Amino acid sequence: MEQIWQIAYIVAALSIIGSIKWLSSPATARRGVMAGQIGMLFAVVGTLLRHEVVDYEWILISIFIGAAIGAPLAYLMPMTAVPQLTALSHAFGALAAALVGTAEYYKNNPTGFTMTALVIETVLGYLTFTASIMAFGKLQEIVPTRPITYKGQNFVNIALLIFAVSLGVWMIAEPAPAWVFPTFTGLSLLFGVLLIIPIGGGDMPTVIALLNSYAGAACAAMGFALSNRLLIIAGALNAASGFILSVIMCKAMNRSFLNVLFGAFGQVQEGGSTAMSTKPVHSATAEDAAAIMSGARKIIVVPGYGMAVAQAQHKLRELTDALTKRGVEVRFAIHPVAGRMPGHMNVLLAEADIPYDKMHEMEEINPDFAEADVALVIGANDVVNPAARHDTLSPIFGMPILDVDKAQTVMVIKRSMNPGFAGIDNELYYMDRTLMLFGDAKSFVADIVKELPAQS
Amino acid sequence: MSPEIEMSLYVLILAVPLGLQLVQRVSPLLHTPLMSLTNAISAISVVGAILVAGAGGASRLSQVLGCVAVVASTINIVSGFLITDRMLKMFRKKDK
Repeated sequence: MEQIWQIAYIVAALSIIGSIKWLSSPATARRGVMAGQIGMLFAVVGTLLRHEVVDYEWILISIFIGAAIGAPLAYLMPMTAVPQLTALSHAFGALAAALVGTAEYYKNNPTGFTMTALVIETVLGYLTFTASIMAFGKLQEIVPTRPITYKGQNFVNIALLIFAVSLGVWMIAEPAPAWVFPTFTGLSLLFGVLLIIPIGGGDMPTVIALLNSYAGAACAAMGFALSNRLLIIAGALNAASGFILSVIMCKAMNRSFLNVLFGAFGQVQEGGSTAMSTKPVHSATAEDAAAIMSGARKIIVVPGYGMAVAQAQHKLRELTDALTKRGVEVRFAIHPVAGRMPGHMNVLLAEADIPYDKMHEMEEINPDFAEADVALVIGANDVVNPAARHDTLSPIFGMPILDVDKAQTVMVIKRSMNPGFAGIDNELYYMDRTLMLFGDAKSFVADIVKELPAQS
Repeated sequence: MSPEIEMSLYVLILAVPLGLQLVQRVSPLLHTPLMSLTNAISAISVVGAILVAGAGGASRLSQVLGCVAVVASTINIVSGFLITDRMLKMFRKKDK
């Protein structure tokens, strides 16, 4: 029996590596998911076959309960709620890692290297657990999405972390008194909450990626604590993935990690933003928009979080179809941080049956805006704000943006003139070539579609 | 340093750059599915949870912690893989 689980673990490790490799392209991506599932199955069955495991009843019941909760969660959540679901899923995974660490601590009372791994596992596990719950709350809008800041916040957070780490070091050095581990646990849980409180909705893509990375690191640390290489491999892959995604997100906002975590974005720019809002804008009706669009040759659509909120992706698909029939080329430009998690917009457009070869990354499509007759901005704001290029005082200065202002005509569908998430006014709205289309994104796009047939 | 730890460190040293390489090749188009897939994979901690929950002669505390951990990681596995597949099903290339 010894060898069976070892072979199962090796198969599991190979499948998991293959699963991420296959995910690299849409053509093989579903095979990747299959490989991942097979890997997980081998890992679970292999573990059940180990001779240390003698008590099956409760394990099987627990697996059943987990599956009964997990499956409806995945099937019933609307696609717009994928960021929330991912956050919630992170919370469960991290909790599992932390609880295993806790159980190991009370069982073996380790010190030295094993305890070091356990400390890393539990601190990351518990803080990722509460941080992910908080992120879920913010995304679901149970918790206020605006950054919550107070004086000395960073000092409190850092002091708390240093305290928790010192307790950890104490437990590594020698068997510590009974109160130390529970206090350490409590501090880790609290730190997770405090970490997310100052973070606003617009920074969620980075934060979710970071939490993904932490969950992976906790898993790898568990691998060290248990001398289990399968856990190390899977955890390291996951940590690397989350890390790369958060680096990409940070670059796309021209900010550093530390700035995202300790910056509290929305605070800085109150002063500069109010001056511009009295300027006149050009507004237009659905009829005007339809007339311009049907006469255009090339249209680039820029979706943002507002499209997700309004659930406008399906109407957008109808508009795309109607325009394509008239010989208009319609493409989609997707900013890396559009939405609430990396790749969020792609998923929503795919849900609406828009082929993925029409979705383009920022670097790829930016040169084409100059040739576009219309750039249609739906629910995006900061990612199309030209101030990022020239206004050194703007908090988003230096952030790479989609060059929609280079298009012949810019149309912006927006509910009102209220500034976007970051509270920054957008000079794009006051340009002569910009038409503001005020209304709900979904019904406005529907109106444009209705106005179209009359013209051809 | 025990040979066990040495071996584990070698595995880590190799796995991290492998992960970085693999993930860098994933198209931004699929970043959301990538995140939910790796999220499901991170629930490999179910291995540790089963070992804790099923160990013979374990205390009541570690059995309870282990079972809760198995429930939590199974939720993560099941929802992670299913949502990833649900998303990927929607990605298609050409118009019908």
